[in-house]
Amino acid sequence: MFYREAGQFKSTYQADMAVFPIKQDRIGLAIILGIAFIGIPLVGGDFFISSVMIPFLVFSLAAIGLNILTGYTGLISLGTAAFMGVGAYACYKLTTFFPDVNIIVLILVSGLFSAAIGVLFGLPSLRIKGFYLAVATLAAQFFLQWAFVRVPWLFNYNASGAIEVPQRTLFDISLTGASATPETRYFVCLVLVVVLTWFASNLVHGKIGRSWMAVRDMDIAAELMGIKLLNAKLLAFAVSSFYAGVAGAMMIFLWYGGGEANDVFTIRLSFNILFMVIIGGLGSLIGSFLGAAFIASLPTIMKFGLPALGVPLSGATAEHVTFMLVGALIILFLIVEPHGLARLWQIGKQKLRTWPFPY
Amino acid sequence: MNAAVMNVTGEPVREKGEVLLSVENVSLRFGGVKAITDVSFDIRKGEVRAIIGPNGAGKTSMLNCINGFYQPQEGQITFKGERRQKMKPHRAAAAGIARTFQNVALFKGMSTLDNIMTGRTLKMKRSFFWQALRHGPAMAEEIEHRRVVEDIIDFLQIEHIRKLPVGKLPYGLQKRVELGRALAMEPELLLLDEPMAGMNLEEKEDMCRFILDVNQQFGTTIALIEHDMGVVMDLSDRVVVLEYGRKIADGTPAEVKADQAVIDAYLGVAH
Amino acid sequence: MSDATLRPIAGINFNSFRVRAALILAAVLLLGIIGIRFDSSGTLHKIFVDPFDQMVSAPDLLVQTIWEGLVSGVLYALIALGFVLIFKASGVFNFAQGIMVVFAALTLVGLYEKGVPAFLAVILTLGVMFVLAVAIERVVLRPLVNQPDIILFMATFGITYFLIGLGETVFGGNPKQMITDQLHLPRGAIELKLFGGFVSLQKIDIAAAIIASLMIAVLAVFFQYTRIGRALRAVADSHKAALSVGISLNQIWVIVWFTAGIVALITGIMWGARSDVSFALEIVALKALPVLILGGFTSIPGAIIGGLIIGIGEKLGEFYWGPLIGGGIESWLAYFIALGFLLFRPQGLFGDKIIERI
Repeated sequence: MFYREAGQFKSTYQADMAVFPIKQDRIGLAIILGIAFIGIPLVGGDFFISSVMIPFLVFSLAAIGLNILTGYTGLISLGTAAFMGVGAYACYKLTTFFPDVNIIVLILVSGLFSAAIGVLFGLPSLRIKGFYLAVATLAAQFFLQWAFVRVPWLFNYNASGAIEVPQRTLFDISLTGASATPETRYFVCLVLVVVLTWFASNLVHGKIGRSWMAVRDMDIAAELMGIKLLNAKLLAFAVSSFYAGVAGAMMIFLWYGGGEANDVFTIRLSFNILFMVIIGGLGSLIGSFLGAAFIASLPTIMKFGLPALGVPLSGATAEHVTFMLVGALIILFLIVEPHGLARLWQIGKQKLRTWPFPY
Repeated sequence: MNAAVMNVTGEPVREKGEVLLSVENVSLRFGGVKAITDVSFDIRKGEVRAIIGPNGAGKTSMLNCINGFYQPQEGQITFKGERRQKMKPHRAAAAGIARTFQNVALFKGMSTLDNIMTGRTLKMKRSFFWQALRHGPAMAEEIEHRRVVEDIIDFLQIEHIRKLPVGKLPYGLQKRVELGRALAMEPELLLLDEPMAGMNLEEKEDMCRFILDVNQQFGTTIALIEHDMGVVMDLSDRVVVLEYGRKIADGTPAEVKADQAVIDAYLGVAH
Repeated sequence: MSDATLRPIAGINFNSFRVRAALILAAVLLLGIIGIRFDSSGTLHKIFVDPFDQMVSAPDLLVQTIWEGLVSGVLYALIALGFVLIFKASGVFNFAQGIMVVFAALTLVGLYEKGVPAFLAVILTLGVMFVLAVAIERVVLRPLVNQPDIILFMATFGITYFLIGLGETVFGGNPKQMITDQLHLPRGAIELKLFGGFVSLQKIDIAAAIIASLMIAVLAVFFQYTRIGRALRAVADSHKAALSVGISLNQIWVIVWFTAGIVALITGIMWGARSDVSFALEIVALKALPVLILGGFTSIPGAIIGGLIIGIGEKLGEFYWGPLIGGGIESWLAYFIALGFLLFRPQGLFGDKIIERI
């Protein structure tokens, strides 16, 4: 009843090409941003912000990165976590080399290092396709994971192999390190994610996004349209790894702290992000957010939800049951809606348009 | 080459320009299999050139050689005076060769509009950073090309499917979108691989109309492969006939129709 | 134009990727040899000369290393074999194969710990694997038929997680000992006198190699000469054509997944005998993936030879070159070996050359 586009006429191509051409969508987006920027910091407690919202934002960004590669360009990657790690370690090295530069700038710049490494490991993609490429990206995952442990230069020869998150400030408010409040860290994450999502949306809606999708849908035809396959694929690797790298730097500097850096960027994390992308919906930015919310919150829901329902579980068993349920849910989900949450979202909107009189 | 072409049978021949593309002694092999053997012909500016022949005669392989998807082992292809033996498909595209495919090769996950917009890729110059902002010059460029694409959509009468994903369109419309995508490249030479395969009579007539319009309004040179002889005879200025990878005839539709080798190839010979 | 002038020389096509790559490789080798001459710090010497020196001066160590590589290669090959069976018959890239190995081994050991006699436990485990195959066909494959490959691939991730969870819930998460003695598998080592040194061969490894060869032979006979084998090959070629001549896809899938389950159990026993049985093996099981890209997804001989190349290659690499860069390179060397091969033959060692048609 309220979600109708009747009466909204578009008289310019620009209006027609907008990412959200329907007015109600734009209002909805404004409300979501309002809640994110004002509502959550006001209402949410420290625990909620630091162990639900910040992980959600970090995973969303990584999922957007992988979605650009897998969803838009059709190249499966199992090495996302490694590229995130490159971002985190690059950021750490940058903070030691340039202690005076603002940490937000360094987080963004570390994404560039990740992008460079991504391009390097993307080079085989011209000759290798499909699952073969997926396996090839495992080379990146295991090699980089090895490097994070075995190349002491990366963690400044620290005996424990951990990296330290230094205290950094902006306008005398500390952004990172022990004294940074969850709210501040949340704001930094939110701003980065919103800005980078906007860039990603611009890219995928324009010429570059079209070339990516053309490569995904029919690479031969794309080449005959004048799209250079290698360039398009490498650009996708670069942009994707940039997002992953920034997400990785955020993960260490704004969420985890450096202590566990050498054992978070594992293949398991790569898989988790791939789940987010697939369950959220391949080739959909909204889907990346939905998928990240779903996968990131699942263990928490299991942990607190099952005892609440009266299923008594000990810690270890709960973890095992969670594994089982996650596996079952993934299968169930793929059967019910192989195109992911984003498709459900669209169907929902379509239904809403004709509600309450669908005929 | 002389612009004025004399015709032996004395039929009126449309005046055509100089040679746009010439194929000289091209041979193509896959391992031991010879797909094309020593074929030569040319395509003149502004004409409609048909390539016909029985199944497996090497027609599609010939098109693949022309736009660089296959590299012939022998012979040369000259396009706009530039001789080459090897050319990457994307360079062929940049030089002005567009094509459609026998089995529709659209980007199935994208809308009609986006599909045709990809045809403009080579003409869009704004850098990555403007693209990331999608404002100012990048937006202006996008709108400029959208205008061209809308004209093509208008021309092909596919306004109603503008925003639908092409994967779900009926076959006839898909073929039309594919033609639109090729036209968006503003090619000098348009290669059409069986543009009317699997269409009903009405759709075929529409498609013929579009092809002739493209040829006459935009002056685009067209090379097409087609099995429907009626269509070939009506549309084309000159016809080249392939059989088992060799050229067996070349000339106006009337000449080709009367050629004994062609009749044998199509109807078989009594042994 | 330059292409045309280059071509006629001795009939070699200089534009071919392979020829170019070979030239580059030769140039690198040449530079390496020259480099060693003028190498003051000895780094190049350490990379290009020392390891070969060691190989020649201590041949017993070399043989020992190759043997170790051979054995782990057999195990990789067995996991890859399970992959290939399933990929051929159902087109599913079964990520869960590695986990099925662990799950089968865990079930076997778990049942034994619960008091079931060893050989009965083997039979019961086979039963479990059969139930698993039926369940996967009913619950996962059948509803997802005709979905894109990546969806099925992701579904096998779901299976992976489910099996990990199930195994740990039922049998606990602690590492377990394989019941080697109870299954009458040999123990201990044979010491061979060789090149003035000793090479020690674990008996269990020899047994593994023999059993693996036997199993592959049985599979080959099964595929070649039985009605079901013929149906399997038909399905592998074309699902639609197989359906049209009356082959039941569902039945074939169950058979294939069950066969992969049997292969998984045997692999699990052999592997468990060499180390603990726990889901930590998962990472090692991923090593079957480079074996696959080396051998091609559809070739059984490819899986075997690929497994041996990867196994031997990574052991040699780790032993002779690993220490130069800090060791532990076994975790990624396999992938780089496979990647290196892949750049020259994108279709794998035994795949057919792909001619793209449009």
